[in-house]
Amino acid sequence: MPELASVQGKIEPPAPATPLAVSVSGLWREFGEMPVLCDVALTLHGGETVSVLGPNGAGKTTLLRVLATLLRPTAGEVSVLGCSLPRESWRARGRIGYLGHEPLLYRDLSCAENLRFAARLHGLPGDAAERIAELLDRVRMSRRADELVRNLSAGMVQRLAVCRAVLHQPELLLLDEPRSHLDPEAAALVEPLIGPGPERARVLVTHEIDLGLAEADRVLALRAGGVVAYEGKASGLSAGDARAIYGGAP
Amino acid sequence: MSGGRDGRADPGRGRGHSLRAFKAILAKDLRVELRTLQSVPAMALFGVTTFVLFRYGLDRTTLSGGLAAGVLLATVLFAAILAINRLFVAERDEGGFDAIRLAPVDGTALGGAKAAALIVYLVMLEVITLPVFALFFLDSWAGLAPVAGVLALADVGLAATGVLVSAIAANSRARDLLVPLVLLPLLIPVMIAAANAAEPLLAAQGPAYGGIGKWVGVLALYDMTFIAVGFAVYDFLLED
Repeated sequence: MPELASVQGKIEPPAPATPLAVSVSGLWREFGEMPVLCDVALTLHGGETVSVLGPNGAGKTTLLRVLATLLRPTAGEVSVLGCSLPRESWRARGRIGYLGHEPLLYRDLSCAENLRFAARLHGLPGDAAERIAELLDRVRMSRRADELVRNLSAGMVQRLAVCRAVLHQPELLLLDEPRSHLDPEAAALVEPLIGPGPERARVLVTHEIDLGLAEADRVLALRAGGVVAYEGKASGLSAGDARAIYGGAP
Repeated sequence: MSGGRDGRADPGRGRGHSLRAFKAILAKDLRVELRTLQSVPAMALFGVTTFVLFRYGLDRTTLSGGLAAGVLLATVLFAAILAINRLFVAERDEGGFDAIRLAPVDGTALGGAKAAALIVYLVMLEVITLPVFALFFLDSWAGLAPVAGVLALADVGLAATGVLVSAIAANSRARDLLVPLVLLPLLIPVMIAAANAAEPLLAAQGPAYGGIGKWVGVLALYDMTFIAVGFAVYDFLLED
């Protein structure tokens, strides 16, 4: 892919003065002997968004789980919110909001019970009752606060998972296809909670290329096999180039 | 209680937060059990059914001494395995492990809460099955109260060891097989000590207390050992 090769390595203007939210260099992650991430590099400053693009099996979710402290890097330097992983995972936890493929909600607890449980784990003051009520209201789930999660539709579960991810007002949001299962109206409801904002950095995994490029300050494009195809400013990658990554052989 | 600035989580509060997390996880587990009744009713039904089988299998209307202690403890042990196998089901199937690891919670809070929940289940099992055991097999109920004390000590050992093995097996595909295969040999000392402590308490001529101190001491030592092992390894078990 010559177009991509040509944009890599361009001299970029100085980075913003905000502190680094994520700094990754030479990251390798293997499952058994199979490499899933190969020499990945990434930098992200506070208030910025990086979109992670790539076909299925490119290691996007694995990268997010490494940044979330859920997976250890096999090799490489990973720093999240100033904490070196995995050594200082403890310090980073509680400052990260993670919205993955699984909602991380207990099916036999109600919506409010799930959020109260998360609030207690994160050490929020009291039971964070006001915050929980506010979030449920913002995603229009207040009337279902006492309903068991097992009785909710997939879209409602996703809205509740968004509430869970942002409940503790994380400084870094790790979002894996955050709009999955959401209809346009529901996607608009959660947008203020997980959309770009000056107070939070975001790593956004998405297959919606146009949206991913539009929302991002930076882009990390991975090929199948976890090899970096592009890492740099979003303006340096066209939608056509990004789409080409999905069709390219590893 | 330590709250963060602007209602945010306070990542700097460190491990002092563990007690609150322990309470939250324990309350969650007990609430889910009350709501779904997945463990305790199955354990109680298993216990009562096993007593019926022993009664007709042994063709005895009364038991005493070592045989009575063996029947009681073997039944409690196998009933406990039903609950131990289910201890981490929600964490594994519903993402609870990830949810807990994303919070600044150390592994001992999770392990401790699971052990406490298992002790509650075992106590409930014994509250239901001890009277049934006495009705089926004992001439005198005089030894039941001290036997309950021995069972309480055995419960702590069962819980400390059971949670450890269940946590190790949680992400294995063969977990249903792994738990009894690994757990039962580890519990042999508990069974020996508890049976020897309970034997004189269930004697035909009434409870006798001579010589049980040594076995109670062994039980207590076993409990403390596995509680200490749990504290040492829960953090590692929770990590990738």
